[in-house]
Amino acid sequence: MFRSRIRLAAVLAVVALALAGCGGDDEPSGGSTATPGELKVFAAASLTAAFTEIGEQFTSANGTKVTFNFAGSQALATQIQQAAPADVFASADIANMDKVTDLVGTPQNFASNQLQIVVEKGNPKNVQGLDDLANPDLKVVLAAAEVPAGKYAAESLAKAGVTVKPVSEEDNVKAVVTKVSLGEADAGIVYVTDVTAGGDKVQGVEIPEELNVLATYPIATVKASKAQDQAQAFMDQVLGAEGQQVLKQHGFLPPPTT
Amino acid sequence: MTATARRRQRRAAPAVARARSRVPRSFAVPAALAVGFLAIPLVGLLGRTPWGSIGAELTSPRVLEALRLSLVCSTGAVAVSVALGVPLAFLLARVEFPGRNLVRALTTLPMVLPPVVGGVALLLAFGRRGLVGQWLDRAFGITLPFTTAGAILAEAFVAMPFLVITVEAGLRAMDRRFEDAAATLGAGRWTILRRVTLPLIAPSLGAGVALCWARALGEFGATITFAGNLPGVTQTMPLAVYIALETDLEAAIALSLILLFISLGVLVALRDRWFPSA
Repeated sequence: MFRSRIRLAAVLAVVALALAGCGGDDEPSGGSTATPGELKVFAAASLTAAFTEIGEQFTSANGTKVTFNFAGSQALATQIQQAAPADVFASADIANMDKVTDLVGTPQNFASNQLQIVVEKGNPKNVQGLDDLANPDLKVVLAAAEVPAGKYAAESLAKAGVTVKPVSEEDNVKAVVTKVSLGEADAGIVYVTDVTAGGDKVQGVEIPEELNVLATYPIATVKASKAQDQAQAFMDQVLGAEGQQVLKQHGFLPPPTT
Repeated sequence: MTATARRRQRRAAPAVARARSRVPRSFAVPAALAVGFLAIPLVGLLGRTPWGSIGAELTSPRVLEALRLSLVCSTGAVAVSVALGVPLAFLLARVEFPGRNLVRALTTLPMVLPPVVGGVALLLAFGRRGLVGQWLDRAFGITLPFTTAGAILAEAFVAMPFLVITVEAGLRAMDRRFEDAAATLGAGRWTILRRVTLPLIAPSLGAGVALCWARALGEFGATITFAGNLPGVTQTMPLAVYIALETDLEAAIALSLILLFISLGVLVALRDRWFPSA
């Protein structure tokens, strides 16, 4: 009796394993009738504060729970390529959206952002602009070249003709702010919105318009999602008046009009 | 026991074990599932390996730099662990002192602590504004984050417990009568240590060093949190795998493969200790 029960359990386990093994092949790639009460949104780390707020609005309006996966856009794009269960993808640059172009619906730009130099509150090292970052006595932290913020920072530094030797290339833009707010680094280049979100331990130093870069944020639904309707609804929320208002409050600029 | 006797005993052992094994036969199924669960990811890694271009991947400057740095840092971490950890293991195994259990618990804490938490703790202790770090900075102008020394420190923090508990276990298991005999014959503490104790615990010490080194080599969380990520300075193999994974899957697989083979090498080196009858 006992032994046969174990045997049954084992057989069930094998069947479950076999089913799980072939599950990926026949997944529907379009709108499904299933209505799960949960939406998974993969969003760039720089969107953390704004999207959390938009997610709360969305949940109270639609009853759908939203869970976020905030990370560097390049990491999220890789995860989506490896069939991570995402319903919506919001990237901090066009390039990473293009990387998954076959896996997502038509992207729409919903915000833009600019760069700032982040320094400790009170600017103890008196950083005035990009030129100062070349000072070898200054510990500068950048996002890695793979991260959108790192790529934009490199573009901005190139425009200014400044060569910076960073002490670290962080994996996402929030880590740059963290290192500055902990006092480990003297300066970093991040988005304006990260300085706002960084609280009272950091402050921003403006980068003039002609040296700055306009980061464009696209959003798209993921084709493999089984919650297409809710995914589209979330996208509409971000693009709609309410979502745009939240983004503006967190320092984002409207998307480029072109 | 002579070598022949040991061999004979080894050969005899499986027969006895078979007669006495009263393991339910149905255990074979979950056991097979467990083996599959542990082995399939490795097969997946090997299956996706771009064998055609692997030579080029392995000799690319980025991989070589990460490999060199990983060897430097893990060896450094082992050196720190041996210098500080072996004396600690002696105290824990041999000396009764108040709070010994507390010290042992503290020593093993990094083994169960999430490494990222370890990294944050290291920042708050040895960072530029940290408890010890601000003093180091003021007195000597030394800052550890973003340096290779910082990466070594992070790895040692996570890996040292493996050495300490292995050596302590070896010291407890060893027959102390050899030391007593040496002492009766007039040998001093250092002579006994050098000529009797260390040779007797050599297998434990070797296993501890190997485990400690392997753990240091694989260290990720504490390193990226405390030491940051800069190629050639703090970007060790696991960090390079993680960063490469986001842009260049093939490079990430090649790097992973190196780590896999190094880990296998450590296992093979330890086989006599862990699988004595195999």
